[in-house]
Amino acid sequence: MDISVTVNDERFERSVEPRRLLVHFLREDLGLTGTHIGCETTVCGACTVMLEGRTVKSCTVLAVQADGKEITTIEGMASNGELHAVQEAFWNEHGLQCGFCTPGMIMSVDQLLNDQPSPTKDEIRHGIEGNLCRCTGYQHIVNAVEAAAKAKAGA
Amino acid sequence: MIPASFDYSAPETLSEALQLLGDEEAKVLAGGQSLIPMLKLRLAQPARLVDLDRIPDLNFIAEDNGTIRIGAMTTHHQVESSDLLAEKCPLLAKTAGHIGDVQVRNRGTIGGSVAHADPAADYPAALLALEAQVKLVSASGERVVALDEFLVDALTTSLEDGEILTEVHVPVEQEGVATAYRTLIQPASGFAIVGAAVRLGVSNGNVSFVRVALTGVGPNPYRASAVEEALEGGPANAEAFAAAAAHAAEGVDVLSDIHASAAYRASLAAVQTRRALEDAAGSA
Repeated sequence: MDISVTVNDERFERSVEPRRLLVHFLREDLGLTGTHIGCETTVCGACTVMLEGRTVKSCTVLAVQADGKEITTIEGMASNGELHAVQEAFWNEHGLQCGFCTPGMIMSVDQLLNDQPSPTKDEIRHGIEGNLCRCTGYQHIVNAVEAAAKAKAGA
Repeated sequence: MIPASFDYSAPETLSEALQLLGDEEAKVLAGGQSLIPMLKLRLAQPARLVDLDRIPDLNFIAEDNGTIRIGAMTTHHQVESSDLLAEKCPLLAKTAGHIGDVQVRNRGTIGGSVAHADPAADYPAALLALEAQVKLVSASGERVVALDEFLVDALTTSLEDGEILTEVHVPVEQEGVATAYRTLIQPASGFAIVGAAVRLGVSNGNVSFVRVALTGVGPNPYRASAVEEALEGGPANAEAFAAAAAHAAEGVDVLSDIHASAAYRASLAAVQTRRALEDAAGSA
């Protein structure tokens, strides 16, 4: 089936089998390997991308469902050589160790801060409930989200 | 984790969708948050998926003469963040906020969840307590069915071949009725091990209205009639709540699995019911 998907403001036209998962489409057909595959069972959130401006687990969306729609992946976050405020905050606050969960985590945090510009610690933890990190114990991630919220408020 | 092959259609009208469902081993795709995992595990291998996402009139929340109608393709996130529901049917909005996680709520739909009939889904507890109805449409007509008649068994409903669930109907909450939803979740999946939904009206210190429904306890979510009967007309206090909640799993074939034994689940049912009653009483 022929589909046309806009990813990070660039339009891609490809032919895919209906059973192709969005995460495989992004990684293998488009070469956008920043979106990671962790559990492949809708649990870990490593494959989180934005579909029409809301976060989804791309292992649990079919590529054909994204036909005609807009997607943002981690590759679309930085612009003009400048890191996105959330990326910058993760870097400054050491919000990662191995980094495997980070692309998905950053997408979820971006949505969280769009929905709630100054979340409490509890709201932050609730907002990233769909993203598992097995390294940090989340503390530095929560710190990074708070720093990103401050940076965005000051910007 | 790759599904078996299937054909895919994304009709733009309901009548087209009904037609597509008629002619082969076809299955409806809503948000896909239960179906796609089942396809990947090859627990489901339909010949065709009929995606409802491109049918514009299936995504809405509207009030009509004391009834709130919710389109089948309305996402959990939309239910959770609806101002109309927060004001007029808060139990449903707060229950939606408990489902899965943020990404699942962005994608999963109320119609998909209800039609899938997972015995541990969150919605049925609230919807049974609300005495919700579902609207089912087929090529030959439509019918509106009470949810407790719609839910037959685990993953089994009275939806017939060629029918599509298009709407969920809930009442505008009554004046003076407070609500609560309590759940203990299985932390990896986010599914309720036990969830208890309560609607409680208190007048002059006595229970004037009560509805209690549970999910996750047995093969089917259910109204806990024994709890309701124990409370109706009696005092609305902690002792009465605890005594009534002890009936929460009465007559139920309680599930046992790696997350909770039947005895533990039955005990959890009583505890969550008591806490939900207390929450509702506290917010009244």
